[in-house]
Amino acid sequence: MTVLLFGVAKDIVGSPSLSIPTTTNGKRIPRTVGELRTFLGKSYPELEQLSSLAIAVNNAYAQDTKEINSYDEIALIPPVSGG
Amino acid sequence: MESASRYIRQTSFPDFGPEGQARLQQAKVLIVGLGGLGVPVAQYLNAMGVGTLGLMDNDTIALHNLQRQVLYTENDIGKPKVSVAAQKLAAQNSNTRITTYANYLYPENALEIIKQYDLIVDATDNFGTRYLINDACVVLKKPFVYGALQGFEGQVAVFNYDDGPTYRCVFPDPPKAREIPNCNENGILGVLPGIIGTLQALEAVKVLSAKGQVLSGELLLFDGNTQQSRKIELEVNPKNKHITTLQPSYEIPACEIEVPVVNVTEFLQLSKDPRLQLIDVRNAEEFAVHAVPSAINIPLPQLVDKLSSIDFEVPVYFICQSGARSRSAVRIAQDFKPGAQVYSIEGGMTALPDPIKISV
Repeated sequence: MTVLLFGVAKDIVGSPSLSIPTTTNGKRIPRTVGELRTFLGKSYPELEQLSSLAIAVNNAYAQDTKEINSYDEIALIPPVSGG
Repeated sequence: MESASRYIRQTSFPDFGPEGQARLQQAKVLIVGLGGLGVPVAQYLNAMGVGTLGLMDNDTIALHNLQRQVLYTENDIGKPKVSVAAQKLAAQNSNTRITTYANYLYPENALEIIKQYDLIVDATDNFGTRYLINDACVVLKKPFVYGALQGFEGQVAVFNYDDGPTYRCVFPDPPKAREIPNCNENGILGVLPGIIGTLQALEAVKVLSAKGQVLSGELLLFDGNTQQSRKIELEVNPKNKHITTLQPSYEIPACEIEVPVVNVTEFLQLSKDPRLQLIDVRNAEEFAVHAVPSAINIPLPQLVDKLSSIDFEVPVYFICQSGARSRSAVRIAQDFKPGAQVYSIEGGMTALPDPIKISV
């Protein structure tokens, strides 16, 4: 599945998007938005430590319980403050 | 200068018309922040005939404001933003009633000021004031037009519009200090606030005139790099609509937990030691463009799998482009080997003087 990154999430990862493997290689594949947070947090602890990080699935705001599939487009949207 | 023809170009626009104009003339709008976002908002709302404008800011004009705050000139440096703006806006449209507040918004003054207006524009540059505007508008049941930016990206939405979602429905809790970079650290391309502020002005006009489709229940994400816009559908969290009092303070407390860092000066000293263990956690393409010659490249996503190749008996230094990924690397390494000496190079490659990139 594709994960699009905005704001500081892009800076933390160092790329505007990420591809999450959907086949097993020993690791557990994230099946919900909440599991995706934990999954990404293992590689990028700073993502998990953000006080607020909105996650959208197919352009709709999603709760942590929302199920995700390999064909979903995910967006990580942190707050931005500049003005 | 009153003339029936003044607004003819918009009153003759069928989707706006004379009734749209009449509503604008009745409207009272408070613009909080007269910087990069607030300037275009104020200029367009004033030009288009909004009846009453409140301008709030306690800052003075500085030379480094001029690349994006295009209402101000070199002669205005050192003067208060609100009084200079009020003077220029009065010359642009003498019919507008303009009230200035040479102050910042605080929990002590927020409700008293905001209650006098129909619509608030959040044109601020800090999280504390953004959460204060949100909460005060929810308490008083006022809609507000949100706009914010970072780098090439901007966000726009109309929050608390009728039964619509609020800022806290998207971002429930304010970030802690240093979690999110600000414009002073990250820089800002002059035209970006012009675009985002103009989009805010457009939403303000739609709300006030009751014409067009208001950007409520959605968050607009604008990427000026790729020229892509997308809208995220939002949800209302009912508890966020039931704020009845403000918090005593909206200041963001300084953070306590910091990863160990070394600054550029310290790093330049350390780099004289040929045994220095330096790991560059950027991706291979970035590393190929320019790197400190003694650095080993382990891209951050592969770090977890390659920790065993690092010698934790001696200090480990992580570097990346800006210092964000190297801080992540420090946390990963600390989890793996608690107590090990691991450091992030503050500011990353961007902060290093050019020669170091080839001479170490």
